[in-house]
Amino acid sequence: MTALELVDLGYSYGAKRALDGVSFALRPGRFTALLGPNGAGKSTLFSLLTRLFVTKEGRITVAGHDIAKEPRAALSKIGVVFQQPTLDLDMSVAMNMRYFAALHGISGREAARRAQEALERLGMAERAGETVRGLNGGHRRRMEIARALIHRPEVLLLDEATVGLDFKSRQDIVAHVHELAAGGLTVLWATHLVDEIHDSDDVVVLHRGHVLAHDTAAELRKGRPLADVFIEMTATGETA
Amino acid sequence: MKPYLVALLAIVRREALRFLHQRSRFLAALVRPLVWLVVFAAGFRAALGLSIIPPYQTYITYEVYIVPGLCGMIQLFNGMQSSLSLVYDQEMGSMRLLLTSPLPRWWLLLSKLLAGVAVSILQVYVFLAIAAGFGIVLPPLGYLYVLPALVISGLMLGALGLLISSTIRQLENFAGVMNFVIFPMFFLSSALYPLWKMAESSDLLRDICAVNPFTHAVELIRFALYQNLNGMALLWVAVSFGVFFGLALVGYDPAYGLTRRKPGR
Repeated sequence: MTALELVDLGYSYGAKRALDGVSFALRPGRFTALLGPNGAGKSTLFSLLTRLFVTKEGRITVAGHDIAKEPRAALSKIGVVFQQPTLDLDMSVAMNMRYFAALHGISGREAARRAQEALERLGMAERAGETVRGLNGGHRRRMEIARALIHRPEVLLLDEATVGLDFKSRQDIVAHVHELAAGGLTVLWATHLVDEIHDSDDVVVLHRGHVLAHDTAAELRKGRPLADVFIEMTATGETA
Repeated sequence: MKPYLVALLAIVRREALRFLHQRSRFLAALVRPLVWLVVFAAGFRAALGLSIIPPYQTYITYEVYIVPGLCGMIQLFNGMQSSLSLVYDQEMGSMRLLLTSPLPRWWLLLSKLLAGVAVSILQVYVFLAIAAGFGIVLPPLGYLYVLPALVISGLMLGALGLLISSTIRQLENFAGVMNFVIFPMFFLSSALYPLWKMAESSDLLRDICAVNPFTHAVELIRFALYQNLNGMALLWVAVSFGVFFGLALVGYDPAYGLTRRKPGR
C-alpha cells in the first residue's frame, strides 16, 4: 500500500484549469520532490491534499483512506507545513506544539512527550522554552516541521518550506527532511528550486497543472544538471 | 469525547492568550463602551426621558439604560474583529492549520466561536466592573444571570462574523464592516433608545429595529441583568445563531467559500 496516491485529479478556479489529470503515487519512506515553476498548481494540489479544497475529479488516497469518503482518517495520517508560516509568535515553542497536539486530541503528558520527541528529531529540543518571535526564520520552520510530526503522520507534506530563508537555513532544513525520509517517513516536498533535490530522490515534475515526469532525479537528469533538464521541460511543456 | 474537549480548551486558551498579548485591542475594547457611557450618556441624560418599561421597576437614568446595549456592543465588535482577523491578519494561516485537524469541521468552528465568546465575556465583565466604579451598580445576582445570556448572544454575533468572513469578500477592511454591519446593527436596535421611543419618530424604524437580531441580544442581556428571562428575545437570538452558524458552515465547506481562495492571497 502506498502512503499517498493521486488518481486522475483535476481542479479549476472558474474557467481557469489549475490541475488536469494528475496521477502519481508516492513510494513509502521516500523523499519525493514536487518540482514545478510558480503557478504550476503545487499550492492547489496541497490544498486538495489537506482538504482545504475538494474536487469531484479524481481520487486521493492517504494510507488506504479515500480523502473524500473518510476525510478524518485520511487527515490524521497527514502532517503538513504550509508555505505561509502559521505560528503564534508571542507564545513559546512548547506552547505552539501543545496547541497543535490538542487539535489532534492529544493532551497532558502525552502531548508534552510527543512535542519533546518531535523537537528532538529536528534538533530543536533546547529551544522548547523560547518565544517563537525570538527564533530566526530557519528555526521557526524547523519548529513547524516538528509540529507537523506530533500526531505521527505517515505522510509529511511541505509546500515550499524554504521560501525566504538564507542559504544555510535552507540547507539545514533540506538535510533534516531528507533524514526524516531516511527514517521511514513518506515526504512530499514542493519546490521550484532544483538544488534542494538529491540524486536518489523521486521527482514529480508539475507544469501548468500536468505531470510531465515522475522518476528519480538521477534518471531524469541523466548526467546533465537537473536545472537544465527542468528548464527545458517546462519551456517546451513536452513530456520527458 | 475527550479529543473534542481537548481541542476546544486549547482553542479557547489560545484565543484568550492572543487577546491578552494584544494590549491595544484590549484597551480599545474597553475604552469604546466607556466613552459612550461617560460622555454620550451623560450628554443625553437630560434630553431623553425614559418611562418605566420592563424589566425596570423604577425610573432609571439614561446611563443605566444603555449599559446592556454597550455590553452587546462589546460582543458585536468582538465578533466582527475575531472573524476579520481571520481574513486580514496572519490568522488565515492558523485557520488553515485548524481545518487540517481530523476533528469535524463544525466542531472546530464552534470551538473557535466559543473562544471568541469567552474573550468577549471577559471584556463585558471588566466593563461592568468599571461601570460599577462610576456608580452604575446592577442587582448583584444580575451579574450571574447575565452570563448565559452573554454566551448565547456572543455565539450569535460571532457566528455572524464567521458568516461574513466566509462569504462577503467586498468588505475589504474594518471600516467597511463598521459602516455596513456594526453601525446599522447598533443604531437600529434598542441599544440606545427603547423601541417605543423609535416609534415616536417612525414606525418603519421601529419595525426594522424589532427584526434586528442585535435588538434581541440586547434585550436578552437587559432582562438577564435584572434576573428576568425574555423568552422571545432568547428565541430570536437562538434562531439567528442557528441560521448564521449554518450558513457559515456552508461558507467554510471545502467545496465553496473562504478556503477556496487561492492560497497566499
